Amino acid sequence: MRGRWSYALLTLPFIGTLIPVLYNHPRPALFGMPFFYWYQLAWVVVTPLLLGIVVVLTRDGGRV
Amino acid sequence: MSSAGVILAVAVASVIVLGFGAARWGRANLGELEQWALGGRGFGTIVSWFLLGGDLYTAYTFIAVPALVYGVGALGFFAVPYATLAYPIALVVLTRFWTVARARGYVTAADFIRDRYDDRALEVAIALTGVVASMPYIALQLVGMRAVLGQFGVLGAAGAVPALTIAFVLLGAVTYTSGLRAPALIAFVKDTLIYITVIVAVIVLPARLGGWSHIFATSAGALASRPKPSSIFLAPSQYFTYSTMVFGSALFLFLYPHSITSVLSARSREVLRRNCALLPIYSLLLGLLALLGYCAVAAGISAKDTSSIVPLLFARYFPDWFAGVAGAAIFIGALVPAAVMSIGAANLFASNVFREFSPQRPSVEVVAAKALTLVICALGLLFVFFVPVPYAIDFQLLGGALMLQAFPAFVMGLWTRWFHPKALLLGWACGLATACAMAYASGFTSNFTVRAFGGTLTGFIAFYSFLVNLLISAALTLALRAAGVARGSDRTTAGDYA
Repeated sequence: MRGRWSYALLTLPFIGTLIPVLYNHPRPALFGMPFFYWYQLAWVVVTPLLLGIVVVLTRDGGRV
Repeated sequence: MSSAGVILAVAVASVIVLGFGAARWGRANLGELEQWALGGRGFGTIVSWFLLGGDLYTAYTFIAVPALVYGVGALGFFAVPYATLAYPIALVVLTRFWTVARARGYVTAADFIRDRYDDRALEVAIALTGVVASMPYIALQLVGMRAVLGQFGVLGAAGAVPALTIAFVLLGAVTYTSGLRAPALIAFVKDTLIYITVIVAVIVLPARLGGWSHIFATSAGALASRPKPSSIFLAPSQYFTYSTMVFGSALFLFLYPHSITSVLSARSREVLRRNCALLPIYSLLLGLLALLGYCAVAAGISAKDTSSIVPLLFARYFPDWFAGVAGAAIFIGALVPAAVMSIGAANLFASNVFREFSPQRPSVEVVAAKALTLVICALGLLFVFFVPVPYAIDFQLLGGALMLQAFPAFVMGLWTRWFHPKALLLGWACGLATACAMAYASGFTSNFTVRAFGGTLTGFIAFYSFLVNLLISAALTLALRAAGVARGSDRTTAGDYA
């Protein structure tokens, strides 16, 4: 399958969210939200973008 | 009856009618299992998006997660990274499962187990896991409905239990009649209501409560001064708990029979893959809803039952009619997944437990599956009354600990036949025993503290029991292979997965 390497992108959200010591901080705050909260919400937005890239790059041209 | 009560009653009555009407959608013969249980495997991207969203984002999202954040602070936010990480896993695992299921005509995950391992005991074990794990999850939906009914007093506060019973009888009747088409159609209404409610809530509430900065500051103070203090940040001792809850939950989300049912109803592999990238939009809602837990703390809402904080918040800050809309959103948001869960579980029981012991196969199967949806709803109701959990979310987390025991046989089995079916069976049994023992020892909460080598480590029960399962499955496989014990034939071929 083309673009299989892109699956490696999907490890990023795991690295980004499974180590709480990296983001368990109050600052920098955004719109009054402590870092802990907006950082994790940011991953909710970034992860589907990564998924979208993978889905497009590995499209197999099958019937949709 | 208040205007909120009227709106709630009208909305619920409308979706019930819609649900019965769904039987006519596509003029299918609902006497066939694939038509009744999987909507004829014909749902496109949009219907699948609503159905899967309606199915995965449930009373868990609207009631249980905010309640947990309200109760324990930062730890409750685990649901947000969990609902994010579930999708990369889903993309990889479900695409492969969907492919083999389409090639071989599977209706359940246990159908795959039967084909792959040729082991009846393992098939029945995996099927029963799904059936049993669904019940606490259905119970969680019923808790959500009860919170709404109690709040808006459709029949008065004391009427919440009879109202719940009525709702559940209607749920059973709709599911019985229309199968998966009913929740697929109702999901459109449900999600529209949910999106309106949440968007309005996250704009209005922080403004009314003095902004996020003020909400977090007030919450930090309020949580610290409680009899059982907590914090809006994790304590270092909670890091491991948090990570295992996130990872463990992400692993089991798509193993549930209701997820599998919705996934298999997708028309093509591309529909499914696309949805893995589109569904996380709901997770953003989940994140915003989780923060309503802090809004409730900052608003000084106190409730004997934490499940009612979101309905209370709406009742206090919104006009009565809008609180009714929000209540309807939550109520229907619990009804849709409860319907899919009972279909998924009934399906498993009919296809993989009952059928194995019945000589007349297909003819009885649909009848059995339909009748069983009613039984499964009833058992879910019993769970609400008889299993005492501190937070509604524990229902889901305990069910997940059971569900995750299917992971080695099912998910790993999609890639490898290395594991011996008997080893998987014993690993499964030990995993289940560990999960039940830990849940009992921790008073039906979701985390267990391991004491060893002079230290303590509190982690998610599902995660611990999964490790036990995996270790035993692997060790025993080595032993059985060394002893040369026959391991059954594999009816799938490499081409079925491509």
